[in-house]
This record gives sequence, structure tokens and C-alpha cells, in this order.
Amino acid sequence: MEKFEKLTGIAAPMPLVNIDTDMIIPKQFLKTIKRSGLGVNLFDEMRYDDNGEEIPDFVLNKPQYREAEILVAGDNFGCGSSREHAPWALKDFGIRCVIAPSFADIFYNNCFKNGILPIALPQDQVDVLMKDAEKGANARIIVDLEEQTVTTSDGDSFAFEVDSFKKHCLLEGLDDIGLTLEKVGAIDTFEARASAERPWV
Amino acid sequence: MSPKTLYDKIWDAHVAHEADDGTCLLYIDRHLVHEVTSPQAFEGLRMAGRTVRAPDKTIAVPDHNVPTTPGREDPKNMTEDSAIQVAALDKNARDFGIHYYPVDDIRQGIVHIVGPEQGWTLPGMTVVCGDSHTATHGAFGALAHGIGTSEVEHVLATQTLIQKKSKNMKVEITGKLRPGVTAKDITLSVIGETGTAGGTGYVIEYCGEAIRDLSMEGRMTVCNMAIEGGARAGLIAPDEKTFEYIKGRPHAPKAAQWEAAMNWWKTLYSDDDAHWDKVVTIKGEDIAPVVTWGTSPEDVLPITASVPAPEDFEGGKVGAAKRSLDYMDLKPGTPLNEIEIDTVFIGSCTNGRIEDLRAAAEILKGKKIKDGMRAMVVPGSGLVRAQAEEEGLADIFKAAGFEWRLAGCSMCLAMNPDQLSPGERCAATSNRNFEGRQGRGGRTHLMSPAMAAAAAVTGKLTDVRELM
Ligand code: SF4
Repeated sequence: MEKFEKLTGIAAPMPLVNIDTDMIIPKQFLKTIKRSGLGVNLFDEMRYDDNGEEIPDFVLNKPQYREAEILVAGDNFGCGSSREHAPWALKDFGIRCVIAPSFADIFYNNCFKNGILPIALPQDQVDVLMKDAEKGANARIIVDLEEQTVTTSDGDSFAFEVDSFKKHCLLEGLDDIGLTLEKVGAIDTFEARASAERPWV
Repeated sequence: MSPKTLYDKIWDAHVAHEADDGTCLLYIDRHLVHEVTSPQAFEGLRMAGRTVRAPDKTIAVPDHNVPTTPGREDPKNMTEDSAIQVAALDKNARDFGIHYYPVDDIRQGIVHIVGPEQGWTLPGMTVVCGDSHTATHGAFGALAHGIGTSEVEHVLATQTLIQKKSKNMKVEITGKLRPGVTAKDITLSVIGETGTAGGTGYVIEYCGEAIRDLSMEGRMTVCNMAIEGGARAGLIAPDEKTFEYIKGRPHAPKAAQWEAAMNWWKTLYSDDDAHWDKVVTIKGEDIAPVVTWGTSPEDVLPITASVPAPEDFEGGKVGAAKRSLDYMDLKPGTPLNEIEIDTVFIGSCTNGRIEDLRAAAEILKGKKIKDGMRAMVVPGSGLVRAQAEEEGLADIFKAAGFEWRLAGCSMCLAMNPDQLSPGERCAATSNRNFEGRQGRGGRTHLMSPAMAAAAAVTGKLTDVRELM
């Protein structure tokens, strides 16, 4: 997995609550058996009209946000399905970090597995970042995972929380499965005990 | 011993390893797999030269993407993409030696209906699936939740999941339900009360007299939508009804094993003085038959209410409501029971079980759907379908003008050809009313099977109590 350490990038403002996984990547694009190539269909139904033409008003179609690496959004980002195609599409487009007041649980976890950092901050701080993002390409937001801070182009800095294990994996680009397999002894022991206690399972 | 919730008990029985920071390896008893969220996981296994650690605990069934029309066992009758995903699942199930119900097997159906039906889902288990509605299995007192594809691969390879414990939330529905009010109305009303993020960070246990009174089918409907309230999982403590439902199912324990299992299952309840981080109590008699008006499951109101105005809300919800009303093409103040619909969809893992079909057929008996209406029933599994045919329900649906389909997810997420066209308005028994969920530009109103049947007859959203 790609490491995430420090990112200085353009942030795209999406001041909407409940941005769900169907919006992020509509189901017609779940038919792939690959992980890559979903970026062109990120936010497909908001981004393109019925003829497949770009809708100029949509934030990621605006010239100043086409290279955005950060999304700033409303409450409950990523609610809905467990489809990992949502973080795959974000990542493929180039988004490395999403900032919102809250995230849906499965989406939040899925981000970390794909080198994307989701940051939950209080609404008033998200509001400040949203304003900053609205300035367009001149405003670059700095996300520092090691220090756990987000800094606006004006120098306002906010601290964020992140689980220490998830942080470690992201900073080092570690593969979960490899890490877990190092503990295979514990799994073997558990399995033997559980199948003695609950043989019907 | 300190008092525990049901969630605490199941959690404690499955921790295979705990790190100093509280990150745990949770052992997984059942892993359900379907064709849409698994191909990349199996590909990952192959690339790393890994195998499936516990193939006998892994069950696969194609459901999300399969056609629900006759002849589907021939891949030529599937769209190319669907055929590729189904073929990939066929091959992965064979190569890795996991249990499999192919599309032409009568036991095939929606993964969350097949699991309980075949006795794979048992009390006290941990159950995962690459699908957010895995919470359904919580109705059996199993800790069940949806996972992403990377986690699917992790479970395939290690039979564990990296997890931190969630908080405990109790949702109590007291007293009795009024006539015409169903499990779907309970679960939608809870989300209306707590919001779609109200359960974030929690595992919910549903309890109270109204929950106890529900059948297993009804309990599955309630737990199914726990995720729509943001919770990691929903649970209901097992009781005699649960045991009765499980007994004799193909993969349920037998003889001495049954006795041993029962001894443990009977300890699976929350202790009286267990600690809850959050408690929500709703009176059963206060719940009305409800429908959704917007594009989030929290946009729910009694059928007797009117479409709200954006100004009725606060904060970010004002803009969201405006956008919803636009998308749904609804005017504030319009009585909900005047909203005309074009299509009715009865099915999904929320409401595609036999009891749901019985409830809908009860309303439809001797009636016809409104002229010009498109209506379909998609049973949740081949076995539900067969039972409904045996009970004469299929004949009632067909006589009323419904299409009688084969099992699958169908128009719940519209990955197969069952889709709404732009602007088409649908009364649906599924669980999500997101923009475009049932087809680009399609408009979804969620409700119970009986309410959907009533809407099919009158051509508009209808208070089912008027037809009872
Ligand atoms: S019926 Fe709908 S919600 Fe249930 S598993 Fe299928 S797509 Fe998901």
C-alpha cells in the first residue's frame, strides 16, 4: 500500500451532508473485477449529464479543482454500501484525504486500506477549511499525519484524532494481512480452543 | 464477573489476539461472499500465493448482479459484465473449495436470506460479508457486519478481522404495535428518530416487547437497517422463536451438538445491570405506517403527514432537504398519500422473505394493480419463491398484475436490468432511497410490503389501514 505521510494539496469543497457511496461511485461501475480505472466515474451522476458530457458547475469539473487531492465535505460522508469501489474511485482520481465532521464506519475503515486518510473534525473547523477550499487552486491545505494536524492556507492549524494502529499502517504503507499472519500462532490457538468449546460452529 | 451486554459476550468469545492499544483480531465464524465485492479479494489472494484459511466457514452465492428472468443459467442471457462476475465467483468457489449455491440451485438467493435459511447463521456467531446489510443476521443474536473488499481478503486469508470494540447502544421498543404497523415501520421510525449517523460507533441491541413479539422474519427486517442508522451492527437476543426457526435447518447443529449449542445460546442476553453508552426508547403504540419522502432513509414520516419544507430542518440538513425535494420532485405541504407512483418493487434482503410476501398478498387478494402500473415481486431466495408458489401467493400476485421473478437483489440496487428510468417513481420495500439507487434519476419511496401492495392497487402512496 502507498504510504501517507504529509500532503500539501488543493482541497475541493463539497458542502453536502450524507454524501453516500452510491453518489461516490454509482453501481453501474461495480461490475469490474479490478481495483483500478474507477477515477473517471467518481461522482459520475453529479459529474456528467445524460449524454456523458461534463457538468461545468460540478466542483471537480472546475479548472481550479481538477487536480484536487483533498475533499472537504459535510456530515456522515461515505454512508451507504460497503463497496470499496468508493475509496478506489477517490484514489484513482487522485484524492488522498477526505475531511468531514463525521464518516460512516465501513467507508472510514476502507479508506485506510487504500492509503486514503479520512479526517473527522468538529463542524466549526470544517467550516473554516471549507471556506479555505472555496478559494480554489491558490489555497493549499497541509495535512500532516505524523503531527496529526491540518493547516489552512492562512496558517490556521487544527489537530485531529486517528487510531494509533491505523496511523502506523498508513505512515509505513503496511499490508494488514501480512501483519496479521505474523500472529498466526494466536489464531491457531484460538481456533483450537473455540472448536473444542463450540464444536457446532 | 462484571455485567455484560450481549455484544460484550459475543465479542469476548471471539477475540483471538489483543494488542496493547486495544486493536483486536476478531475470529470470524461465518464469511458470506457474493460476486460483486469479492473478485478483487480472490485476485489478491492468488497474487500473494495465499489460500482460504477456513473454506468450510465460507459460503458464496451470486445475487447482486444476476438477472431475475427465466433462462439466466445461460450466461448468454446475462449482460457481459454480470456474466464475468458470476463466472469469476464460480471459479473462485471451485478453486478455493468453499460452499457455493450457483444461480441454477433452488437454494440460491440474496446472501442475507440464504445464510439464515440454510442454518449457517447461528446465535453467538461472528458473521461478516462484503455487504453492508450483513447486519440482518443480528436477528439471531449473531454479531454481524459488513466489510470492504480488503477486509474480505483479510478474512479469507486469516479468518479474522482487525477491529476495535464499538460502544453499546440499546434501542427499546416498548408495548404493542398498532394494526397495520410492521417491522419495517419500526426500523424506519428508529432511523427517523436517531438519524442516519445516530448509530455511528455503536452496536445496537434492539429489545422490548414489540421486538420480542416479532417473528424471525420481522427481526431480520429490523436488524437489516441498523446500518442505515449508522451502526456497525444490530442485534436481538435469541429466544425460543430463534431456536425454533433454526432447528432442523440443513447446517444447524444436530442431536448432542444441538444440546450443547442450546446451553450456550441460552446465556446470550444482556445482563440486567449491563452498561449502555446510549439508550433510545420508543413506544410501540406511537409508531405509524411510514414512508420516506427524500433521498436518505432518515427522511421518514407517517403516511398521514405531508411533505416537509427545507425550513423545517436545521444546519446542513436544510440544503440536503432542498436537494432531496428537487430530486424527488415534491412540493412542501403535499399530503404524502396524494403522491402518485409508477412502479412497485417488493423484494430485497429487507423484505423478501415469506412473511413479507404473505403480507403483500393479503392486501392484493382479489384486487388488481392500477392500470399502467409496473409491479414486480422478487422473492429473496429460490426456496422462498417455491414456498410462495405452494401457498398460492404467486397466483395472487400474478392475478393482480405483478411480475413474478426469480431470486436476487434486482431493483434494490439495480445492477441488473431491473431499473427505474429517469423520473420514474417507485414504492419499494428495500432499504435505500439514495439518488439513483434504483436507476439513474429514479425516485424511491421506502415502505413495508403491505404498504407497497396498497400503493400498487391505488396508484399512489396509501395508508394500508384503509385497505385492511
Ligand atoms: S437486496 Fe439490496 S441491500 Fe440486500 S444485499 Fe442485495 S443489494 Fe444489498
